[in-house]
Amino acid sequence: MAPLDAKIPQGPIADKWTNHKNNIRLVSPANKRQIDVIVVGTGLAGGSAAATLAELGYNVKAFCYQDSPRRAHSIAAQGGINAAKNYQGDGDSIYRLFYDTVKGGDYRSREANVYRLAEVSSNIIDQCVAQGVPFARDYGGLLDNRSFGGVLVSRTFYAKGQTGQQLLLGAYSAMNRQIGRGKIKMYNRHEMLDLVKVEGKARGIITRNLVTGAIERHAAHAVVIASGGYGNLFYLSTNAMGSNVTAAWKIHKQGAHFANPCFTQIHPTCIPVSGEHQSKLTLMSESLRNDGRIWVPKKKADAQAIREGKRKPIDLAEEDRDYYLERRYPAFGNLVPRDVASRAAKERCDEGYGVNKTGEAVFLDFADAIVRYGKEKAHVKGLDENDMDLVRKLGKEIIKAKYGNLFQMYEKIVDQNPYETPMMIYPAVHYTMGGVWVDYNLMTSIPGCFAIGEANFSDHGANRLGASALMQGLADGYFVLPYTIGDYLADDIRTGAISTETAEFEAAEKNVRAQIDALISNKGTKTVDYFHRKLGKIIWNKCGMSRNEKELKEAMKEVKALREAFYKEVFVPGTPDSFNESLAKALRVADFLELGELFAKDALQRTESCGGHFREESQSPEGEALRDDENFTYVSAWEYKGEPSKAKLHQEQLNYENIELKTRSYK
Amino acid sequence: MKLTLIIWRQQNASAKGGMQTYTLDDVSPDMSFLEMMDVLNEQLMGQGIDPVAFDHDCREGICGSCSMFINGEAHGPDRLITTCQLHMRKFKDGDTIHIEPFRAKPFPVIKDLVVDRTAFDRIQHAGGFVSVNTSGNTQDANSLPIEKQAADKAFDAAACIGCGACVASCKNASAMLFVSAKVSQYALLPQGQVEATDRVLNMVKQMDEEGFGNCTNTGACEVECPKGISLENIARMNREYLTANLKG
Repeated sequence: MAPLDAKIPQGPIADKWTNHKNNIRLVSPANKRQIDVIVVGTGLAGGSAAATLAELGYNVKAFCYQDSPRRAHSIAAQGGINAAKNYQGDGDSIYRLFYDTVKGGDYRSREANVYRLAEVSSNIIDQCVAQGVPFARDYGGLLDNRSFGGVLVSRTFYAKGQTGQQLLLGAYSAMNRQIGRGKIKMYNRHEMLDLVKVEGKARGIITRNLVTGAIERHAAHAVVIASGGYGNLFYLSTNAMGSNVTAAWKIHKQGAHFANPCFTQIHPTCIPVSGEHQSKLTLMSESLRNDGRIWVPKKKADAQAIREGKRKPIDLAEEDRDYYLERRYPAFGNLVPRDVASRAAKERCDEGYGVNKTGEAVFLDFADAIVRYGKEKAHVKGLDENDMDLVRKLGKEIIKAKYGNLFQMYEKIVDQNPYETPMMIYPAVHYTMGGVWVDYNLMTSIPGCFAIGEANFSDHGANRLGASALMQGLADGYFVLPYTIGDYLADDIRTGAISTETAEFEAAEKNVRAQIDALISNKGTKTVDYFHRKLGKIIWNKCGMSRNEKELKEAMKEVKALREAFYKEVFVPGTPDSFNESLAKALRVADFLELGELFAKDALQRTESCGGHFREESQSPEGEALRDDENFTYVSAWEYKGEPSKAKLHQEQLNYENIELKTRSYK
Repeated sequence: MKLTLIIWRQQNASAKGGMQTYTLDDVSPDMSFLEMMDVLNEQLMGQGIDPVAFDHDCREGICGSCSMFINGEAHGPDRLITTCQLHMRKFKDGDTIHIEPFRAKPFPVIKDLVVDRTAFDRIQHAGGFVSVNTSGNTQDANSLPIEKQAADKAFDAAACIGCGACVASCKNASAMLFVSAKVSQYALLPQGQVEATDRVLNMVKQMDEEGFGNCTNTGACEVECPKGISLENIARMNREYLTANLKG
């Protein structure tokens, strides 16, 4: 295997992307018509890439497991999308967005990629507006912005609490135009089950039709993986039920390095687990931390009384409350980055201050904000600011206008009125910064196989800032991959159509069929969910918000044992050649059971703390994360060697030429 | 809670389906409706019965996958939510719940409660877009101010999740609410107005070809829509359609 070369262009950082675009090879329009590209996944990254590649003239085949590309999980993103437009005139710039992203990522991302991301961010907004995406506007008719955690400017564009939905529908509409023209052939309800390599190059995929169960061969000159993140490794996460690692894991097993698998974002504001039946977790947008104050009782006795339902949180006096984020981080308070806020919540709950039945919840309280807004409104209207009933009524109206849909969602799920009693929240798995290793061109270590969006590792380092996932997905799909893929495909203009009637396709299909047959004929006694739940518990308890050597070693052993038990004891009902969700799930969980072990191995190897990765052995006396720049300023890229535990580590050194490495401080 | 569930079972598109009765003990009121279905499926698998197939994905009310007709209502008895957001506390111990797929001729059953809604996609292929290339070389996003009221209305129309509850609730299986939401979003924005004539004609044509029925203004779709898409959109689409025909 060749040494890891990120292929970062030479020259000053601000010129790298422009120079690179000017120098890479192009494919003529006539030749593009002879070239096929497969795109797996139709979220923001895959949808935008498929549409743009088709517009450029390539023949695109797009695949999604959902019944329509519009349902990819990008649709659930709430808060917004960052762009360095500086419309607010608050001093924003490409450099600042670049700097904030690198710092927010705790200095574990690649400078050149992040700069390019910041550079194209403005274009994304122009593009989306041209497509008819209805962003929020102010009364002057111009685009509105809001602020997100970890930054000091307003650069987040949004469409109420449904920004992901609107951006995805924009990309979907661009796809529809190309589907209508016949330039994209869309395969709904199809799952990629393996990559096919011919002479070392990615030349196609094997898929399963989720309706008929048919195993199909699809050939192309290049394969783009845009299948999202692997948060469902934890069983409970804010990901969709079907979100999975299969496409990314299959290419890993075929030679694509997997980078920083242990870098996971645990989002601080989610609705807590209510019981064993829980199937997924629901996020409450980060924007709530603009107005909500987070606290737990100061005394353990009070916390216990609240847990047992003997006391109500609103009855607790101000001096009996511990606003622990404001106490620990006076400068950023409730708006510290996600990793910091999550760890602080866990710390309080572990100490016995949790406030729901399970002891794993803290309060997010809007009472102060309601009074503050209410007084302001009373003042504007010339009403009595000391009439507290009136003030609360006015304040609630304002909170409703700002966060109404989130409050409604909370009430439906928890059955408590968050206008009257504080919300209960707890951290949950939300996003994975780690993913398939790619070079500057977004190509994996397999020639012709690309990875974009959350599926790759490149831009967010060890912690992603809010409203940056949408930005990266669309940047990769609309503006980066469509250029860089041409440089690779320039060698394929004389290749001609790729045949699926070859030994390589034959062998790959045979493997897929064998795996399916083994699962169906196993006839064990335990369901797929039984194993998925167990896996989630191991990963959450031993590789979650806080990690140590002993438990990580245990996790590796336990995941391996669970994987072996899975193949012995799993029961998959039904037949292979029909609509069979249990089978689809079994194939996904089988891959999670391998990834889990590599995940723990990666966390074990990185003995520093950085971003979302907190090693208990590496912390300051105050309990803050301690980075080790001397020994760990690199990307861990793992090469598959027959078994997850035997994966070989390759290091990509991260060189910071434009930003000085500093300790992140939000105090 | 103890529940009796009467569920539509159908092996595949060509098989004949029928209602089957199952009982479920020990349902927690904190479960979502789909979590209750998960528990049922675990139970069925234990008894050697094929689990009930149903569409679901995000389980937070935004992807539009889930699509059950519960006790005669799309997405069940609660308002402005999808099935995945419906919680069992809306039901009582001892209740009998009827669960059927979204029924309409253009939505053929794939299996049990799973239906094929790709007709919606095909309507979008016919015109649900603005013909602008994704090159990024468009004008600056703020070069064209858009009145806030129009932008907000366009957003309200764009909030449609494409679940098909409107079709399932309509006695004519009309898709007018769905199609009009997309037509309205673009009609309300200057970016969409350039192609307004072709768009409405093409989308309506495709809608008719898919076999969706006509609108007779009963308003059932608006009542059952989990995203509160307004009937106003249908009126707007009718205006757009008429204008387009006069021009055309």
